[in-house]
Amino acid sequence: MDVDELERLANHIRRRDLRAVFEAGAGHIGGEMSVIDILTTLYFDVMDVDPARPDWANRDRLVLSKGHTALALYVVLSERGFIPKDEVSSFLQHNSRLNGHPNRVKVPGVETNTGPLGHGLPVGVGMAKAAKLDGASWRTFVVVGDGEMQEGSNWEAIMAARQFGLDNLTLIVDHNGLQQGAALADTNDLAPLLPKLEAFGWTAREVDGHDIGALRAALSRDAVTPGRPTCLVAKTNKGHGISFMSGNVAWHHKVPNADQYATAMAELEGEAG
Amino acid sequence: MKDLLYADADRFDCRDAFVATLEDLGAQDTAIVAVCNDSVGSSKLAGFRDRFPERLINVGIAEQNMVGVGAGLANGGKIPFVCAASPFLTGRALEQIKADVAYSRTNVKLIGISSGMAYGELGPTHHSIEDFAWIRALPDVPVVAPADRHETAAAIRWAVAHDGGCFLRLSRVGVPDLLPDGHVFRLGVADTLRDGGDVTLIANGVLTHRVMEAASLLSNRGIDARVLNMASVRPIDAHAIVAAARETGAILTAEEHTTFGGLGSAVAEVVVDHAPVPMTRMGVPGVFAHTASANQLLDDFGMTPDAIADAAQTVLARKG
Repeated sequence: MDVDELERLANHIRRRDLRAVFEAGAGHIGGEMSVIDILTTLYFDVMDVDPARPDWANRDRLVLSKGHTALALYVVLSERGFIPKDEVSSFLQHNSRLNGHPNRVKVPGVETNTGPLGHGLPVGVGMAKAAKLDGASWRTFVVVGDGEMQEGSNWEAIMAARQFGLDNLTLIVDHNGLQQGAALADTNDLAPLLPKLEAFGWTAREVDGHDIGALRAALSRDAVTPGRPTCLVAKTNKGHGISFMSGNVAWHHKVPNADQYATAMAELEGEAG
Repeated sequence: MKDLLYADADRFDCRDAFVATLEDLGAQDTAIVAVCNDSVGSSKLAGFRDRFPERLINVGIAEQNMVGVGAGLANGGKIPFVCAASPFLTGRALEQIKADVAYSRTNVKLIGISSGMAYGELGPTHHSIEDFAWIRALPDVPVVAPADRHETAAAIRWAVAHDGGCFLRLSRVGVPDLLPDGHVFRLGVADTLRDGGDVTLIANGVLTHRVMEAASLLSNRGIDARVLNMASVRPIDAHAIVAAARETGAILTAEEHTTFGGLGSAVAEVVVDHAPVPMTRMGVPGVFAHTASANQLLDDFGMTPDAIADAAQTVLARKG
């Protein structure tokens, strides 16, 4: 899939996500718009996965540690063929397997249950270590929010990943600068993240988290430093693609009303061309 | 006259049986790995490390990461034994145990080392007398406290064969042999170590041999006590508990755990729901322990064989 196609697909996924949030009356739309280009690039360009064999031993792994943006993952998994496309309509419905945070036991393609922040990276370290023990070439990707990096468990895992030389592990920080109720800078400002990761012995790079061409290059095997884990600090925009949500902390988990929904959808459709 | 069956018996550290079994099984199955938090010494993993150096994964002093790493290793097809002092494994990493092991249903074997009050004089920070309550509140993580070295070895063999997570609680306090060499552990099935019709004594871990001694004392007093070794706290052997209630009419539990939510509570849940009879629960009465050795603390909290026997007589007297 070329970059144009990936961009069109990401736009389609944004619209599907927006509609599902509107219909469900809940979701984390800001962070979903923020992470969708990253997830689209991973699942449709970078990762080697097989929807017909979600448990295939040599698949690449994705851990969405910012599990509250599960809907974005569900839409991506549905577009990739892990779950039926029309199942997205069941998001948050009574007895749906698509609840507000991903569940590996119920949803094919989900690797570990997330929701409480700071869980994904330790699990990713274990996955990458397992591949190393087997001499296997599959890779592990972990997506965290920037506010989530305030969880101490991440830094435990960051130390271990370097100690174990896990160059098959890539951490992607969705760095939109906003957490639930305020800016990162006004809460517990971890920025700049690059020097911190570098100080822990990682290869760290900044990348535009909405530039799919840049993302695919940064996520390629060629970009890996042997013996070191990789961190991509993806500069993103919470609410990307929807003008009145962009960079607006109010849209962490706000639900658009009918007028806002129509405006947002029109903007995304306009962008789709 | 006292008939102390175990007072002079040789005592064995269950950790030795754990690592010997883990090394044997590890030699047969390269998927078996050990994960620890700088606890190679206290978990007695030096032998495993020397034999399988690449399969000893020491994450350093970082328990949250340790349990998460275990879950990730399981995702990658490994059978991780995550070993750490029980208070830190279960207390510090409880949310990882909930989300990454229980809820994610990963094949992670949690080994709580030096559980209960094994660390004695080191004090309540190092005691793990809440872990039955914490872990048994979670779905899909069996909770097991072996009573001796043979049951420990059996439980480790079971854990490897079991497809799913579990929590095994191993003391460092020496205990005499109670079960035969080659014992086969069955999850959710109590062992009747002594049959009797007057009262039932239920225990596990380091308390089982004490209740066996209490049963012997009771026998000298003309009381015929049944002893159930209830290693499996969840799932619990409801059938054996109901049978004990109906056939002996009174139940005593004893555990190296707070009386809030542990073995006694688990037994009481079954008794209340299915066969109400007089019952008494011995354990740590909801306090942080004073300074004393592990065995002295059990004595101080009223769990000498004599005191257990006395408590059994008291509950027996409440029978209708």
